[in-house]
Amino acid sequence: MTQSVVVQVGQCGNQVGCRFWDLALREHAHVNKRGLYDEALSSFFRNVDPRKSGGGACYVGGRIQHLKARAVLIDMEEGVVHGILQGPLREVFDSAQLLTDVSGSGNNWAVGNLTYGSAYRDSIVNKLRKAAEHCDCLQCFFLIHSMGGGTGSGLGTRVLSLLEEEFPDVCRIVTAMYPSAEDDVITSPYNSVLAMRELTEHADCVLPVENQSLVDIVNKISLMSHNAKPGCVLKKESTVTSGQGGVSPTERPFDAMNNIVANLLLNITSSSRFEGSLNMDLNEIAMNLVPFPRLHYLVPSLTPLYTLADVNIPTRRLDQMFSDAFSKEHQLIRADPKHSLYLACALMVRGNVQVSDLRRNIERLRPSLPFVSWNQEGWKTGLCSVPPVGHTHSLLALANNTCVKPTFMELRERFTKLYKKKAHLHHYLHIDGMEQSAFSESLSSLSALIEEYHHLDATKARLIPDAPRLSIAR
Amino acid sequence: MSVVTVQLGQCGNQVGQELFDVICSDARDVHRKTYSTVSCERFFRETTQGDLEARAVLIDMEPKVINHSMSKAAKSGRWRYGETSHFSQKQGSGNNWANGYCVHGPRHRDAVEELMRREVEHCDMLAGFIPIMSVAGGTGSGVGTFVTQCLRDIYPSSFVLNHLTWPYGTGEVIVQNYNSVLTLAHLYQLSDAILVHENDIVHKICSQLLKIKQISFSDINRVIAHQLGGVLQPTLTPASCGAYSRHPVGELMSALACHPEYKLLSVCTIPQMASSSIPFSTFSWPALLKHLRQMLISNSKMEGGIDWQVCPPPASAGRSRSLSAGSFNTSLANLLILRGKDVYSAETGGFEDSAIYTSWLPPDEALSLWKSPVPFNKYEKSATLVSNSQALLRPLDDMVRKAWNMFASRAYIHQYVKFGISEEDFLDSFTSLEQVISSYSELQ
Repeated sequence: MTQSVVVQVGQCGNQVGCRFWDLALREHAHVNKRGLYDEALSSFFRNVDPRKSGGGACYVGGRIQHLKARAVLIDMEEGVVHGILQGPLREVFDSAQLLTDVSGSGNNWAVGNLTYGSAYRDSIVNKLRKAAEHCDCLQCFFLIHSMGGGTGSGLGTRVLSLLEEEFPDVCRIVTAMYPSAEDDVITSPYNSVLAMRELTEHADCVLPVENQSLVDIVNKISLMSHNAKPGCVLKKESTVTSGQGGVSPTERPFDAMNNIVANLLLNITSSSRFEGSLNMDLNEIAMNLVPFPRLHYLVPSLTPLYTLADVNIPTRRLDQMFSDAFSKEHQLIRADPKHSLYLACALMVRGNVQVSDLRRNIERLRPSLPFVSWNQEGWKTGLCSVPPVGHTHSLLALANNTCVKPTFMELRERFTKLYKKKAHLHHYLHIDGMEQSAFSESLSSLSALIEEYHHLDATKARLIPDAPRLSIAR
Repeated sequence: MSVVTVQLGQCGNQVGQELFDVICSDARDVHRKTYSTVSCERFFRETTQGDLEARAVLIDMEPKVINHSMSKAAKSGRWRYGETSHFSQKQGSGNNWANGYCVHGPRHRDAVEELMRREVEHCDMLAGFIPIMSVAGGTGSGVGTFVTQCLRDIYPSSFVLNHLTWPYGTGEVIVQNYNSVLTLAHLYQLSDAILVHENDIVHKICSQLLKIKQISFSDINRVIAHQLGGVLQPTLTPASCGAYSRHPVGELMSALACHPEYKLLSVCTIPQMASSSIPFSTFSWPALLKHLRQMLISNSKMEGGIDWQVCPPPASAGRSRSLSAGSFNTSLANLLILRGKDVYSAETGGFEDSAIYTSWLPPDEALSLWKSPVPFNKYEKSATLVSNSQALLRPLDDMVRKAWNMFASRAYIHQYVKFGISEEDFLDSFTSLEQVISSYSELQ
């Protein structure tokens, strides 16, 4: 069994991360009735017995003493992290896992990446190394941060390149929160584009998430709960709709949105933690979904987002779950994958679903989904037998699809609007180590990426013949 | 004579566990003592407490499936796996053949060889090895290929029969075609014969013949196990002189693996039906064999939707074969295994028709017939046909075509290069398989 370490950077990163740990604890509590520290738990938590000497690490198989999250929390302001430490999750984190400063990054990527990046380099590397040493077999780093701010975006991407330097063999999966067009941080386009270049070069996979999509989804759910048919009860314990039943008693704004992202992480790792008839490990995700090194942006979609009280779910409902995964309302960025080109698609199913259901739905949906010519049957499937809390089954779809192109193009447009006028540039340029070339290079990196997607899109309409086969002399 | 099974990767371990289950029930439930003894000796060893332990080595790069298979076996109460017969690591091969073959294989070579050695030492006489694996993933395919190579190196005079499960055509793993091409190309040099099951076909058997509504991988694996059991359980062969054959793998090789360029074997079994229907059905050898023969020549691997229009072309017509023309399946060699009541009176002349074979071997040498009077797995009469024919030509060609299209755009190649496989290696594998396709296409 492998372990993963979560590195949460910045305000957004830490808030999402916090919800993740809450839900993870709840999920394991639901499954692990005997209070044993099992393999599944050890993938995200250490078991520490403070009475034992030498750090008190406990091995798999014993009773749960104190669970400590395999996490590193970084923020250049104290507010969020201190809030976590005063909340009900305080026991789960060790002070050695935290790195905070006081003044924040002022929404400035350069401050986060260069100023704090250099000042705290050694400290960060030490904390990462410590977390890694606690792992038997470290498989993956999950990095969570936003793109629009200063700490998450700047220091987060610095951490990413440190991870590549220090742990080149460990997979790096980044969950990046992209700002919406109506974002109130004026410099968010700069921060995002500067960060994008780092993500393109140093991450193995990026799961882009857009705030606006999360807002839409949350609204849809509350609309469902108000319009619910008589006799149907919205399940309160579902981990998606609310954090109720988790460790934190009250819900704060953004909690519902952060829940969705936290669920994404739970579902991605479910097959590595629990058993199933067709396992899908984290290294398989990168292997199957990334055909070319730079095209590693995977659009996530989660279904079902709500469940009603029917216990006996007939097959039709199951099929609906598959259909929904491809509809544009369920994507976590504002994109429509069905009208763009699929390079690859992964379906991670949890719960009581069999291979025949999977096959039937793939065959049913396949004709309406445009796949690139050399990957006509490009499906990666996984079946995990343990469903998430409050659902009988769930589906996570990860699509490597050219529908990210419009998102990136919009980002580039917002960037160019500011950059043309050199607006706010001086805030960045007077930071030690920051050159104007960083801006132009990041812009070209983004443009090159958009070009690559554009090339693939162009093949969509064309009928590509089979490549001529090798001929054998007889 | 004992067979050592090597279960590799998730598929291999799941199929292997079902196989031993079928064999154990068959051996134990039958009231024929000799049959039971031979079967148990072949696949199990008896511990000092009288328990049956499978002669198997379980290998996987992550522990969950092996743990599951071992506990499932132990729960059956009738047999189990040896406590120390398994090897696993913490982290899988990531669906990457190169990771399995170039990294995991060599890294754990010593440990795996030690396990093999121990299992072989428990055998009085070794009949051969049967590695069981899938070709779509990373461990079964990559580590499986490496382990087959090790077996060849250490036991050069033993038989190696690889059992492969081919994935659904519509994809379980995106890089499955790359993994399959690399595996098949390498195994062709290493293996004595390659016995193939296709998930698509087995799925159809489950839905159309066994009438299972929600098909799970357990159902699929059980059908594969049933068919494999039908091949491997004791039989009387022409060479065994009135007793159960002691060289099942060797005799299978001499029956079917007659030429180094033709190693692909397909299996079909008749009848296959829902177990609830069996008591209400009557079987006659003429009907069963007639259906089976038509299944063979029309290349339908199951007893439903058989195309009765297909018949062997007249001997006088020039038989130029191309992949698209003609649906007639030419055989190189066939092995027909009959089990159950009245086997000795079964009339198998239909399989000795020279029209269904190539012209190189006379039909009486191309057909081998094994019999067992013991009914197998609840069927009063059953027949299994193992065929070295063009049956796998189309699926193989599809697989190579898709892999080649993907290779043409160099998609995913960086993932393999990372672990030590170069574009040259890919090209070599493609070349080998085009050779195999060409050889089978031109059978006449």
